[in-house]
Amino acid sequence: MTTDNKDDKLVIAGHEFNSRFILGSGKYSVNLIKAAVEQAGAEIVTMAVRRANSGTENILDYIPDNVTLMPNTSGARDAREAVRIARLAREMGCGDFVKIEIMRDSKYLMPDNLETVKATEILADEGFIVMPYIYPDLYTARDLVESGAAAVMPLAAPIGSNKGLSTKDFIQMLISEIDLPVIVDAGLGRPSQACEAMEMGADAVMCNTGIASAKDVSLMAKAFGEAVRAGREAYLAGPGRVLESGADPSSPLTGFISE
Amino acid sequence: MTYLPGMEKLEDSDILDKVVSAMNAYDADSYTAADVERALAHDLCTDEDFGALLSPAAAPYLEQIARKAQQEKLKHFGNTVLMFTPLYISNYCENYCVYCGFNCHNNINRRKLDFKEVEEEMEAIAKTGLEEVLILTGESREASDVRYIGEACRIAKKYFRYIGLEVYPVNSDEYKYLHECGADCVTVFQETYDSNMYERFHVEGHKRIYPYRVNAQERALKGGMRGVGFGALLGLADFRKDAFATGIHANLIQKKYPQAEISFSCPRLRPIVNNDKINPRDVHERELLQIVCAYRIYMPFAGITISTRERAEFRDNLVKIAATKISAGVSTGIGSHSDKVDNAGDDQFIISDGRSVDEVFKALEAEGLQPVMNDYIYV
Repeated sequence: MTTDNKDDKLVIAGHEFNSRFILGSGKYSVNLIKAAVEQAGAEIVTMAVRRANSGTENILDYIPDNVTLMPNTSGARDAREAVRIARLAREMGCGDFVKIEIMRDSKYLMPDNLETVKATEILADEGFIVMPYIYPDLYTARDLVESGAAAVMPLAAPIGSNKGLSTKDFIQMLISEIDLPVIVDAGLGRPSQACEAMEMGADAVMCNTGIASAKDVSLMAKAFGEAVRAGREAYLAGPGRVLESGADPSSPLTGFISE
Repeated sequence: MTYLPGMEKLEDSDILDKVVSAMNAYDADSYTAADVERALAHDLCTDEDFGALLSPAAAPYLEQIARKAQQEKLKHFGNTVLMFTPLYISNYCENYCVYCGFNCHNNINRRKLDFKEVEEEMEAIAKTGLEEVLILTGESREASDVRYIGEACRIAKKYFRYIGLEVYPVNSDEYKYLHECGADCVTVFQETYDSNMYERFHVEGHKRIYPYRVNAQERALKGGMRGVGFGALLGLADFRKDAFATGIHANLIQKKYPQAEISFSCPRLRPIVNNDKINPRDVHERELLQIVCAYRIYMPFAGITISTRERAEFRDNLVKIAATKISAGVSTGIGSHSDKVDNAGDDQFIISDGRSVDEVFKALEAEGLQPVMNDYIYV
């Protein structure tokens, strides 16, 4: 039996996307963004409001029209600042999507889950499509569902680290328990890692540094796009069982049952 | 070094003591090649690793150190390089710092811009496309008081998105006022962390009070500033100890104030008006590169600014490897940006890289780097 997956869409707050790969734009030369979007087939691109807030170099000019822009609140240190930056993004004409990033640590740039929940509540009330970036924690994710988030975006590893799925077990909990799209964000440095996240059942992945720091940005973007598609298809196909160790016992433990 | 009247003391802060004891314990000659190799192999750079990277034993490893620094820079900043320019608005000074062109005994043309002139200078700078300005003054509370600096910040808000300050250290309530006026980053050069040498080079003036200066960054953060900058003037005293102390100081501040955005400057001594003999002594470009790379590896997330004290080719290469911020269109004199300001005041030091904003922008692009005018939002 083959599965026709052409109707397999990523749906976020009623918006449908064919691509499950989200591109971060923070570390690129702006003129590489367009190539990366096209090669990866991305339909959503994130962008820091603080970068777009520039008079001379408008990053928005480099993002193709058919792509959904997801401004992020990087630079915010608490919920209040994130809310202000989100409102500014809306005033700048960036639409209703907003990725909440709140960091109170300049060293590891770890998201502050508690403040993120607070900001989500306020912004969801104001009609934003809120995409919170979090450390993968089940309780936080449940609070975010209650707060009106449109998705959850757990980190795979420290941002920029390219270390892959360091938080795999905790992301798996979110995939199993949270009825919102789970988008794995931050720390994915290789297409194989993105593929693994998708095989696990993540709804989408996001990557920035892994592509931006490649020697050939376009080619790496393409590789990520293909890896995400492959991982999704593998998930839909239902991967065969992998034995943890040894072989199946030839005499089943339950063989004594006779009726 | 008794505090002068009006100087705020941070009674509960132990950062100064910790920096001094770490610096005193640092023996650069005690490190071996094995220590350097260990430091290069570590994912997270410890204080000991940082000490090894700054040591003479690390000199033969400069290429490997530069490669590791570049990897860290790429991870945290990609290929972006921020651009800015300093704007000197007054060169009056009450201190006698023997190496500085603004020192109160140096016979130079003194000048303080009035607010109309400040605006004309800022307008001229903004026309070059820059969106970040660093406001500087000589250290005179009398000629350039906090209100004067605050007003300059308010004017700067009309023309720039990010405003940094490099002025004399003030109390936390004054930093709070300057933050409300629009400034969000404070850089204070410690010059040297060696308190004996510090006293010898800072012969007169309020700047002699060493602990008040060391605690400036902490007061700035208490006043609500987002970013704080650190820097030793390399060549003044034992540069390895000074670079080590600078890193330890920055790291302790980041630990205590995790939200603080940390940056380093790496100035070397330069000739000044009326004294062309001043030089950075044993801090050659090789040593400077080693220090900058050690900062990058020790605190990979920190900003590092490279000054026009260095020649163009050196700067262009350093931003490829480790530095994240470069100035352009620089004058260290007073009133040199706009044609409308007459009778410019003399320079603080003589620069090596006089390229315009446009020239630096194009040079960065030619190197495959991405010049960025703004990556900041005032909230």
